[in-house]
Amino acid sequence: MARAVTTNRKILNTAVAWSIGLLIFFPILWTILTSFKTEAQAINDPPIFLFFDWTLENYAVVQERSNYMKFLWNSVIIAGGSTVLGLIIAVPAAWSMAFVPSRRTKDILLWMLSTKMLPAVGVLYPIYLGFIKLGLLDSRFGLVIVLMLINLPIIVWMLYTYFREIPGEILEAARMDGASLREEILYVLTPMAIPGIASTLLLNFILAWNEAFWTLNLTAVNAAPLTAFIASYSSPEGLFYAKLSAASTMAIAPILILGWFSQKQLVRGLTFGAVK
Amino acid sequence: MGRITLNKVTKSFGETQVIPPLDLTIEDGEFTVFVGPSGCGKSTLLRLIAGLEDITSGQIDIDGVDATAVPPAKRGLAMVFQSYALYPHMSVRKNIAFPLRMAKMDQAEIDRRVDNAASVLNLADYIDRRPGQLSGGQRQRVAIGRAIVREPAAFLFDEPLSNLDAALRVGMRLEISELHKRLETTMIYVTHDQVEAMTMADKIVVLRAGFIEQVGSPLELYKSPRNLFVAGFIGSPKMNFVEGAEAAKYDAHTIGVRPEHIAISATEGVWKGRVGVSEHLGSDTFFHVHDTGLAETITVRADGEVSFRHGDTVFLTPREDVLHRFGADGLRIG
Repeated sequence: MARAVTTNRKILNTAVAWSIGLLIFFPILWTILTSFKTEAQAINDPPIFLFFDWTLENYAVVQERSNYMKFLWNSVIIAGGSTVLGLIIAVPAAWSMAFVPSRRTKDILLWMLSTKMLPAVGVLYPIYLGFIKLGLLDSRFGLVIVLMLINLPIIVWMLYTYFREIPGEILEAARMDGASLREEILYVLTPMAIPGIASTLLLNFILAWNEAFWTLNLTAVNAAPLTAFIASYSSPEGLFYAKLSAASTMAIAPILILGWFSQKQLVRGLTFGAVK
Repeated sequence: MGRITLNKVTKSFGETQVIPPLDLTIEDGEFTVFVGPSGCGKSTLLRLIAGLEDITSGQIDIDGVDATAVPPAKRGLAMVFQSYALYPHMSVRKNIAFPLRMAKMDQAEIDRRVDNAASVLNLADYIDRRPGQLSGGQRQRVAIGRAIVREPAAFLFDEPLSNLDAALRVGMRLEISELHKRLETTMIYVTHDQVEAMTMADKIVVLRAGFIEQVGSPLELYKSPRNLFVAGFIGSPKMNFVEGAEAAKYDAHTIGVRPEHIAISATEGVWKGRVGVSEHLGSDTFFHVHDTGLAETITVRADGEVSFRHGDTVFLTPREDVLHRFGADGLRIG
């Protein structure tokens, strides 16, 4: 009997997990489906799930009306630039916090995180004015800086957590083995931290890619990324659900593909067994 | 060469002084064991010698050269850690070769030394595996291999066997002793296990709260412990201590008798008591004797053949020629 109960339990658990997964994925699925409908079918009541006249017309219209590649390129520059810049600053910071902590290290980490609790709109005004003065408005460089600063606390925290997992004794062993600080970092710490650095990089790239508040507020034409591309389809001439969905699908596709491929990379090698 | 001299070395963490001023000389080629209960400062002392911790004051000389400000990488010492501290992303071969690579040695020489170390330590079959695929004993051997290839001035061992199971520990103990006999290099070994200290050391340094309680060969420590702490720490089972009138007979505040120096008999003896727990080891039997009026328990080591039951009345006779006498200050008399 006990065995039957566990089997039922497993089935139940699986069903619950799948339901939650589908619930989360449903909006994305619906967006993708809608992008293949005609505008009339998109707003049909009751909604049509699968049996509609599949069409690529929306994609053609979107392509025609706006330069997708320009938005895409802006997104890549802004998300990639802010992530790489953030890592360059965060690696040494997390390093010193993890391996040479002081009495205030915990406080500093908490203080950094507390900046994320501030509503972004609270600092919009000073940053906007600052951007005007510095001539950074609607520039990719300005957005790289802002998004880097916004995500920096998270990057530092994540790297700090990963570095903390690396036993100090291994670094000490490297020191005893005659490694200089540079060699210790290059040959011992970095290879051991690569899974952590990679997942930090990925997460921050996604966060920066999806960031909409700052990108919408600080850009107009030149530096507008894909979030602005979606927004441009959302209202002015009434609602065009199918075209909006097509734009959205095009905007999220690159990051979905990136996430899909890198998840396998990230799972690999997270656990080693040198220290018991 | 590996003569290490500590001159008035101290170490403080913030306000707390963990090593009070300490002088110690470790001769070239000597196997020195730092032993003491946990928190006695033995690991800190080793890390000071390694250079992994900075000393607060004093001076450390290695082969007559002041090494106090020399970083660990340049001291020419090799260390084996309790957790092995192998590089998880490197194969056994690369782990062992790492210190040689850091020394910019040429590849042919690296290969020669690594192969030599691997055959000495029976690692040849695992040379391309990663540390994660090895057992505890194998990992320990890799860590030792990584230490020996450099031909260091001295080896530092920080409780290297405490993560191994009992049987493996005895085997590795012998391997390390044999290694020392063959290499004749200075070794400093930290342990809390007095059996390891007794069996391996040329010289034992007994530490308590950062102070050196006694320095000597294992048998010196066993035969003439300088004070009550060393007397109680060295030897297994522990020495019996008797105070009061019985001690006064010997003009002492406390007398100490080792369990192996007490004869047990059913009929006659100096002290009378009742048998509590008996521990039968086969070769020996330990009797814990109560109600002697001398101490809570008197432990007696007898031959494995000797048998008494719980509650039996027995008579004990200490061997007076190996009796230890201590004054009220805890120090040895005579």
